Amino acid sequence: MSIQEVQQDRIKSPFYPRQAELDKLNQWHEWKGYSSADAFYDSELEYFAIRNSTAVFDLTPMTKYRITGPDALDYLDRLVTRDMRKIKPGRVAYAVWCDDEGQVIDDGTIFHLKEGEYRLCSQERHMEWFIAATIGFDVTISLETADIAGLAVQGPTSFSVLNALGLDGLENLNFFGLMHFDFEGSELMVSRTGYTGDLGYELWIGASKAEALWDALFEAGRLYGIKAIGTIALEQARIEAAYLAAYADFLPCQETVRTGRSRSPFELGLGWLVDFKKPNFNGRRALAEEKRRGSTWRLVKLDIEGNKPANHSYIFAKKYGRYRQVGFVTSAAWSPICKQNLALGTVRMPHGAVGDTLWVEIYYQREMHWSRMMASAEVVDKPFWDPERRRVTPPGVY
Amino acid sequence: MTERYDAIVVGAGHNGLVCSALLAKAGKRVLVLEAKDQVGGAAITRSFADGYSVSACAHLLYQLQPKVVKDLGLKVDYAAKNMETIALSPDGRHVRLSGNRVDGVGDSDADSYKGFYKRMTRFADLLMPYMNQAPARLANFSTGDLVKLGKFGLDIRMLGKTEMREFVRLIGINIFDELLERFENPLLKGALSIDAVLGTHLGPRSPNTILTYLYRLCGSHGSVSSPTGGMSSVTEALAHCARDNGATIRTGTPVKRIVIENGRAAGVETDSGETFSSWLVVSNADPKSTIMSLVSPRNVETGFTRRVHNIRMRGNAAKLHLALDGLPTMEGLDKKDFGQRMVIAPDENYVERAFNPAKYGEFSPQPVLEVTFPSFRDASLAPTGKHVLSAIVQYAPYQLKGGWTDAARDEFTKIALNKLAEYAPDLPERVTATELLTPVDIEKEFHITGGHWHHGELTLDQFLFIRPVGGAAQYAMPLDGLYLCGAGSHPGGGVSGAAGRNAARVILSREKAA
Repeated sequence: MSIQEVQQDRIKSPFYPRQAELDKLNQWHEWKGYSSADAFYDSELEYFAIRNSTAVFDLTPMTKYRITGPDALDYLDRLVTRDMRKIKPGRVAYAVWCDDEGQVIDDGTIFHLKEGEYRLCSQERHMEWFIAATIGFDVTISLETADIAGLAVQGPTSFSVLNALGLDGLENLNFFGLMHFDFEGSELMVSRTGYTGDLGYELWIGASKAEALWDALFEAGRLYGIKAIGTIALEQARIEAAYLAAYADFLPCQETVRTGRSRSPFELGLGWLVDFKKPNFNGRRALAEEKRRGSTWRLVKLDIEGNKPANHSYIFAKKYGRYRQVGFVTSAAWSPICKQNLALGTVRMPHGAVGDTLWVEIYYQREMHWSRMMASAEVVDKPFWDPERRRVTPPGVY
Repeated sequence: MTERYDAIVVGAGHNGLVCSALLAKAGKRVLVLEAKDQVGGAAITRSFADGYSVSACAHLLYQLQPKVVKDLGLKVDYAAKNMETIALSPDGRHVRLSGNRVDGVGDSDADSYKGFYKRMTRFADLLMPYMNQAPARLANFSTGDLVKLGKFGLDIRMLGKTEMREFVRLIGINIFDELLERFENPLLKGALSIDAVLGTHLGPRSPNTILTYLYRLCGSHGSVSSPTGGMSSVTEALAHCARDNGATIRTGTPVKRIVIENGRAAGVETDSGETFSSWLVVSNADPKSTIMSLVSPRNVETGFTRRVHNIRMRGNAAKLHLALDGLPTMEGLDKKDFGQRMVIAPDENYVERAFNPAKYGEFSPQPVLEVTFPSFRDASLAPTGKHVLSAIVQYAPYQLKGGWTDAARDEFTKIALNKLAEYAPDLPERVTATELLTPVDIEKEFHITGGHWHHGELTLDQFLFIRPVGGAAQYAMPLDGLYLCGAGSHPGGGVSGAAGRNAARVILSREKAA
């Protein structure tokens, strides 16, 4: 087999030419077939763009499905655990979907674009499952990942940037709402959503208009500190916001081989997304049973002493002076904005109730030599970073 | 206010009736709703020409479970019992099988058949108790399930080293290889091949046709009988039994849907809009019609829907009914032989060749047939001096290329008649009326998806713990209050009553446990 036969070119996002102009580091990775930048010039400065001005992240590789047809609502309502009837046109819902055993396949956002017309976005691909779920429903699922270019525009000045771009009426857009605008004769959809836990928007447009949108956006944002960012900065921000990432904080259940390696919504702290008032949805029976019987795992947000990130650490509970291993850290970061050492982790029930003190064993290297320390970790309830500006309507003009 | 019952059984097929009778016997107020104007499902006698009646789908009895007969005190009047199987030869040198005896073959074949029969019936006896109970659950083992599985393992071990190895070797393989190894006589091999593949989408070279052969032997070791008055007499007897125990049976009442309320079965609605309430709905319909049309996939979950959707159940057998103005002449047969079961399968390769076109959506130009003359011993089925021929003709795939048009049906009928004429040259001129039921006709008349009389192919991937599908093999569907009791559930098709009895026992024991 020759190299020509096995190689598959990385797909370049329609924003790639513009990103390449800004790129100083040439540091890219693969995301569902696309090239996605780790960072463009300095991941820490990029991170501060999220928290202090406006950061622009290329969302195009996000898997996007268009769901249409007379049964679109019924279809989604059975697919996901939450009540989709409450999501009116112009609203966006964060949702998880499970298999029949109540184990999470993935999470994502569902945009109710127009009456009976939806877009579902997720990090991973799920066409096979979504098609299987159509049996008995009059609904069409189409993949539009490549057709729709997406940009996350996040940060305190993001509203000002978009306002300068001329999006009239955007000030009325509520948290988890969406609006349509005209952009050079094309439809531009803007949703007040994001993965940073800050004031921010996501912009969705036909791929052919991508470069024009980028140019207009950066022109409008010139005075508002607009910066392109890569995945490293975004990852930092999402941990502060305590958002879950597939393959880090949970594994899509269809990817697991061993029993007990998948997670239910309850085990991921997403019980609020499970609506037992619905008579049927995928996983309902199993989840009702889990509710009766109790879950095995719990996702915890940890505030850890010290400043050494607790990546890959075991989590311990201390009883009678002895440490017992009860779980492990799944994501960790030092948060410059919170000045806190943060982690998400998974622990065995009944450990990890809010207010509990757990322990993490942190390994760190100093001048070649490894050391370790036991650091205490408090289980907290709220996301570490959740500023008021994130939700306020009209948004603040910074 | 709709009428409330303890249990509603959808469909009065033989399994539905067995289940109803047992539930009623346990004191339940049972309502049975049947779409057709007579009870029996695919085990009925009906007229097909003026003055001529026939068992319209199933036409021979060989699997009725002794436990069903005993539990219900069932009395069946037989026109013929222990019928011989005659493997026809055009030159009149037929081979006759009866029990462990085979005539018309060489001594070594006759001896070998004795050994074969002994082993196969022994294996069938091993399997039979497991046909008559719900399969063990493989996931979340309970003590009962572990005991069941352990017992099964022990039963196999107790066969002794040689027979255990044979059992394990044979259970998944095809019958063709085994026949080739043991026998010389082509007619014998043809006749045994046909027993392994009747009613399936399998040829003798298909895997697990030993299993289907064993399945046939479970009940009465393959001994074939014919009830007086045709199959309806069995199902009528079952219906009497159900009524005697207090069940209400309504015929001519097709069920439109199973009513689901708050994620559980709550009753049924009929085509005419009548509704009946019950927290227990038992479906005698096949799993696909039950879930896909009566329940609707939107009331169950995606994984389960997909598994049900993928059940393989495309019928491949047609049923031929002929009205004859007299018995035909057949070389080498006495008059009394017309009371026996005849098969047309000259050799094992012939059967496999007949199957070949079916894989590609074509019917067999040289079909295999199982032929009976039910009127010979049961005068009630035809006017005096006249006769009825009832035959299963294979292969006739459900999904025929170009569809089962009238022209296609006529052509296949002609093929079957020509094949019969090779053995009974004067038969065509004696025919006064003809009816051919293709799988599509069977689907329409008997409401069986795909016209498959097992309600799902009987293969290892749809057997025991995974019949009809994984996670639903213990008759309870993943929807509270909904059960299956038909051939689509364990153990499978054939007029056995096992599925109906097992379902009733599961329902009653679950209730006791609750």
